[in-house]
Amino acid sequence: MSGSRETVLAKVRAALADVDPAERAEDVAVPRGYARSHDMGDPVAVFVDRLVDYKALVRQVAAAELPGEVAAALERRGAERIVAPADLPAAWTADVGTGTALVPDDGLGVRELDTADGVLTGCAAAVAETGTIVCDGGAAQGRRAITLVPDYHLCVVRAEQIVGGVPEAVARLDPARPLTWISGPSATSDIELDRVEGVHGPRTLEVIIVGA
Amino acid sequence: MSDSAFLGMPAFPAAARAATGDAQLRHNLRKATHTIRDKRASVVGELDDWPVLRAAGAAIKDRTLRHLDTYLVRLEESVRAAGGTVHWAADAAEANRIVTGLVQATGETEVVKVKSMATQEIELNEALAEAGITAFETDLAELIVQLGDDHPSHILVPAIHRNRAEIREIFLRTMRDWGVPAPDDLTDDPRALAEAARVHLREKFLRAKVGVSGANFAVADTGTMVVLESEGNGRMCLTLPETLISVVGIEKIVPTWSDLEVFLQLLPRSSTGERMNPYTSTWTGVTPGDGPQDFHLVLLDNGRTDVLADTVGRQALRCIRCSACLNICPVYERAGGHAYGSVYPGPIGAILTPQLRGTSSELDASLPYASSLCGACYEVCPVAIDIPEVLVHLREQVVDGPGHRAEKAAMAAAGWVLDDEKRLGAAQRAASGARGLVPHTLPGPGSAWTDTRDVPEIPAESFRQWWRRRNKGRDKGGAE
Ligand code: SF4
Repeated sequence: MSGSRETVLAKVRAALADVDPAERAEDVAVPRGYARSHDMGDPVAVFVDRLVDYKALVRQVAAAELPGEVAAALERRGAERIVAPADLPAAWTADVGTGTALVPDDGLGVRELDTADGVLTGCAAAVAETGTIVCDGGAAQGRRAITLVPDYHLCVVRAEQIVGGVPEAVARLDPARPLTWISGPSATSDIELDRVEGVHGPRTLEVIIVGA
Repeated sequence: MSDSAFLGMPAFPAAARAATGDAQLRHNLRKATHTIRDKRASVVGELDDWPVLRAAGAAIKDRTLRHLDTYLVRLEESVRAAGGTVHWAADAAEANRIVTGLVQATGETEVVKVKSMATQEIELNEALAEAGITAFETDLAELIVQLGDDHPSHILVPAIHRNRAEIREIFLRTMRDWGVPAPDDLTDDPRALAEAARVHLREKFLRAKVGVSGANFAVADTGTMVVLESEGNGRMCLTLPETLISVVGIEKIVPTWSDLEVFLQLLPRSSTGERMNPYTSTWTGVTPGDGPQDFHLVLLDNGRTDVLADTVGRQALRCIRCSACLNICPVYERAGGHAYGSVYPGPIGAILTPQLRGTSSELDASLPYASSLCGACYEVCPVAIDIPEVLVHLREQVVDGPGHRAEKAAMAAAGWVLDDEKRLGAAQRAASGARGLVPHTLPGPGSAWTDTRDVPEIPAESFRQWWRRRNKGRDKGGAE
């Protein structure tokens, strides 16, 4: 069933009677002189600045310090059950104390996700200028639901994953994968256009930048 | 003029007058629009290549529109190849039939919805309700509108006309009728109100089997849908259900994945005045083991091909629904969104609604006059839609069209914009401010674009001048 496919296409073609049939789409010039990234300073520093602006929690550590920092973050949070994608590197959680149980995602139901205290993932890329983390379901990220339903998202970003501007990120990402671009914790500006952090998505976003 | 002019009073001037007299509404609107204006100006000013991005955004949309048939077919192929199903709807009734049928096929009687202009335009919720299906709006502002049995008044913030105290009252009074009630001790702190919405909607998200959305962009070459949002309600609706139905206007296409590098900069900065909105979701067909396994794209015409056929008005289809033109408009600020009698209020509504619906009704004939032609809307538009140019074009059509009735309606709206000295003064101050800022050619690399086409100019003629010229020797009349 495709409904009025031919009708709509015929109306579109009739509406474009003024367009020379010899014109190709590429003949409509698009200026591409905009910047791939803007000169805003050290990308990691800019990324941190943006995250803080969004009221995300952020820490920078050397690679060797990552397990300790993950453990410390989960302890600060008081998280007892933390969802983890099945392929999360074991080293990341090597120091996690006995107070926190890691729950691997083997197709957890939404109710189980809803009762978890948080989720720990990596990411696919990050954008400094906009303070954005992009998850694509690839390594150490899992499916979309696990970074959505729990109220706390702890995300590990490697410094080399951070690009400067949006065009650089778009070029790195694979559109065939389901992508989630995350810029701070969930928020709303629907009440008098005042930004309030924390609605349906995780109300707390904590980012650990490794190897800065 | 006869008294019948008052009986058939067109909605814009009548509603605008009522709104102007509502001090609370005016206060809410003014506060909100001025907040967002300042935020937008600050994040737009941060990008030194904004004029080039703007020119690129306009050109990508022009490329799409001039070859829309090609891109529609390409999008259809891409979505199918990625495991989705594509439906075509010539009008609202057909779109509603398609969506209703798809929901019925799942056996469900509830759907969760992400805010979508297209589904508001076709009144999908009402059509679903007639079929016994309840559509839950999940965007906070849409929820406020739905619970308050109200109409949206702004593209981005549909409840912009409500302040926190009113929202608290609506939540306390009505949430219990729709599900989880608001707590008795609910305050009007925006945090508390957001929390009440979170608790109210949580259960609906977790049990939802069918999600309905629109899309901000649909990428022809990859079949990717893109939804920008803030709260996470969009992610919930796009991720947790088993079936996802997206109703998307045919003008929402962009040709290639890399074109998003332009719009993902233009849209958040122009709409919420943020460097990036909290969440953007993109999906391509279905992904095994992740999200809905049944995806339907409903491509909607519903008058868009009529807009496309008008070589002057066509540019309105570039619109990415950022709402910057509403927030800057001196007429919108005073009249409010409801006066425009459509889901598309403000300057974009004044040009889009009459083109989508025609100018046969008094209301729609009056809309091209709901402007002082100050040009501020063009200045802020991230895809450089020359709204004043289209307004003047549509006015000519209304005046030259048949029927004294339509003309009178138009004059009434013009009268409303003109008659109040303070209103006019404000509009003209905004006008002179905006005119000085509009670039006639684009600096730097953008000049390649302006070599081949002119950046459209704001008409030098002010509304009052235009009015005098059009109406020399004619009595302004008593219909306002
Ligand atoms: S017309 Fe331009 S400014 Fe107005 S909503 Fe559309 S894109 Fe935004």
